[in-house]
Amino acid sequence: MADTVSSPDVRTILDARGYRAALEWIARRAEAFVIPLAALVVGMVLFSLFILAVGKSPVQLYETMWRGGFGSWFSIQNSLSRGAPLLLAALCVALPARLGLVVIGGEGAIVLGGVAAAAIGVALNGAPSFLVILLMGAGGAAAGGIWIGVVGALRHYRAVNETISSLLMAYIAIALMNHLVEGPLRDPASLNKPSTQPLADIYRVGNIPGMEVHWGLVVGILACVLSWLLIEKTRWGFAARIAGGNVRAAQVQGLAVGPLIVGFTALAGGFAGLAGMLEVAAVQGSANGSLAAGYGYTGILVAFLARHNPLAIIPVAILLGGIDASGGLIQRRMDLPDATVLVLQGMLFIVILFSETFYGRFKLFNPDLWQRST
Amino acid sequence: MTGKFMLSRRDLLKTSAAGAAFGLASAAFPIRAARAAAATVGFIYVGPKDDYGYNQAHAEGAASLKGVEGISIVEEENVPETVDVQKTMESMINLDGASLIFPTSFGYFDPHMLAMCAKFPDVQFRHCGGMWNKDKHPMNAGSYFGYIGMGQYLNGVVAGHTTKSKKLGFVAAKPIPQVLLNVNSFLLGARSVDPAITCQVIFTGEWSLAVKEAEATNALIDQGADVVTCHVDSPKVVVETAAGRGAFICGYHANQSPLAPEKYLTGAEWNWAKVYKMFVDDLIAGKPLPNFTRGGLADGFVKMSPLGPAVGEAARKQFDATLAEMMKGGFSVIKGPLKSNKGAVVATEGQAFVETAIELESMDYLVEGVVGSTA
Repeated sequence: MADTVSSPDVRTILDARGYRAALEWIARRAEAFVIPLAALVVGMVLFSLFILAVGKSPVQLYETMWRGGFGSWFSIQNSLSRGAPLLLAALCVALPARLGLVVIGGEGAIVLGGVAAAAIGVALNGAPSFLVILLMGAGGAAAGGIWIGVVGALRHYRAVNETISSLLMAYIAIALMNHLVEGPLRDPASLNKPSTQPLADIYRVGNIPGMEVHWGLVVGILACVLSWLLIEKTRWGFAARIAGGNVRAAQVQGLAVGPLIVGFTALAGGFAGLAGMLEVAAVQGSANGSLAAGYGYTGILVAFLARHNPLAIIPVAILLGGIDASGGLIQRRMDLPDATVLVLQGMLFIVILFSETFYGRFKLFNPDLWQRST
Repeated sequence: MTGKFMLSRRDLLKTSAAGAAFGLASAAFPIRAARAAAATVGFIYVGPKDDYGYNQAHAEGAASLKGVEGISIVEEENVPETVDVQKTMESMINLDGASLIFPTSFGYFDPHMLAMCAKFPDVQFRHCGGMWNKDKHPMNAGSYFGYIGMGQYLNGVVAGHTTKSKKLGFVAAKPIPQVLLNVNSFLLGARSVDPAITCQVIFTGEWSLAVKEAEATNALIDQGADVVTCHVDSPKVVVETAAGRGAFICGYHANQSPLAPEKYLTGAEWNWAKVYKMFVDDLIAGKPLPNFTRGGLADGFVKMSPLGPAVGEAARKQFDATLAEMMKGGFSVIKGPLKSNKGAVVATEGQAFVETAIELESMDYLVEGVVGSTA
């Protein structure tokens, strides 16, 4: 939506038409910030009513949330580390969405990426750490890429609904992971929690210097930026947007829609697989059932809230990480159940989706209409 | 625009930092209560506190400490076995001042709790599951666990008297040693009543998977089972499904009799209140906390639900007699001659494994009479 309006760059505006033009320039862009922020506020107000209804103080609630999510350096790091895996998980939804595909099975790519990475890390034990970590990343991305790439191929070549197939394939992936972790790849010493052999310490991904957040955060942010460049600044991204708008039109134009769909879904799955690799290499140290922690599903929420804009995924993922981080404090301080933050997430989600209908409706954000009225 | 946003955020950070400095004394925050206590104890659960199962058993133990002088309790539920649980532990330490933490899920131990043990050497961590080993793990870590297999044996005794079809059912999560011991104990308890009884086991593959648990329960009853028990995190679905089909139930983890008062026979329950009180008493007394704690029925770590109305006189008698025998100590569930359901000898004539036997902790077989497979 935001890409349909093209406008002159800042310099020409200031030279030529001055104040009014600058105002127009701001107005055209403000919509994308004002509407989601307003939706956020409305969602929080609705949630306050809910909190009042259960007899608690919304002021104390938001104060506690701020404290738990962003109120101190510890809380900020807490939010960042919870948000980090969501970045890559959300890309698995956002990239196909630009082609008009709703892929909700990122969880499958995450767990398989984790298992592949763990298998590679164990098999190459003894090799130089740089090489092994690189290969683990590549292996994880490949596993996830193939998994979601298959979803794209089924969609394009066999007309299988990608939403259903990705979800069902996620169940298969989790079953496959359980089979591998409890069978062929099992560390015999892991009696009551079947896991792969633990990775040697030199193959673990550490924390960002000066922070207690692992490198996955940087990888995730880079992936978001690169994805944004891919979509907005390259001809493949342009082609994807065309195909996302109207597949027939794209085909008439001679675009290779098939390879485009398979390529984008494979890339999306690759990011999710990388998230699985990071979960193994930076957090768990081995692949096991804990890999299916639901990041793939929270990623759907993040991508939709970010309106499938890879750059917007970054703040949204961190915001959700913060809500998650503060959820613990809310439980401990206010004696509210864990479901409280799920209610908040649900309300925000509905309100933000609802707010989509307001784009293009306000004269304030559309300078063309200003002229007409004056 | 972004710059402005950053600035205002920084300002907010400043204010909240100042607020934290000045505002602690104010009564506006319950944080004061948490800090005023002599010690804060944190509990972390992997599922909901009211799951009628694993987590509820721990939460009931935590709740029993709430009246203890000088102790304040902080709890967090639904914490996944990821970096989340590490951050939850840190948050309890940094923001609540917790000095003793009980991460209660098996998967919290390695690497999550161990990472926190290294980071906070002054905080004590005790993990449920029995993994601690003095050669491998730090001294501020530790573990506790109970021998609940005996409880499943007693479940089996009551089930053996109650069944008419001579077929029992067991809904199990994963074929790991702790679960296999429970399945085998249940069947052997029933066979102490009638050696012709069999027990079919279905593994769902996950600790908490309501739909599969309901399907498994239905499948077991369809195949003739008339008493069902389980080892999943939340037995609620199994209990309600079985009762709805008219089958009897033996409980697990916590007391599920409120879910099916007529059909509930008895149940093997954890008694964590006893264990947590022990740790907290040591904490208050300033004594070093034990690193490795285990116990069974006789130690009060495990208890049985009160027998339900459907339990007959003969069952009651044998239940009481067997329980009394167990309380004396030295009772063995696994004793020879005994074969696995694949025909391998697991205990020779005269061989017996008491509940503390280390061999039981690597159990990888189902005994003769159990219908099902570990793989």
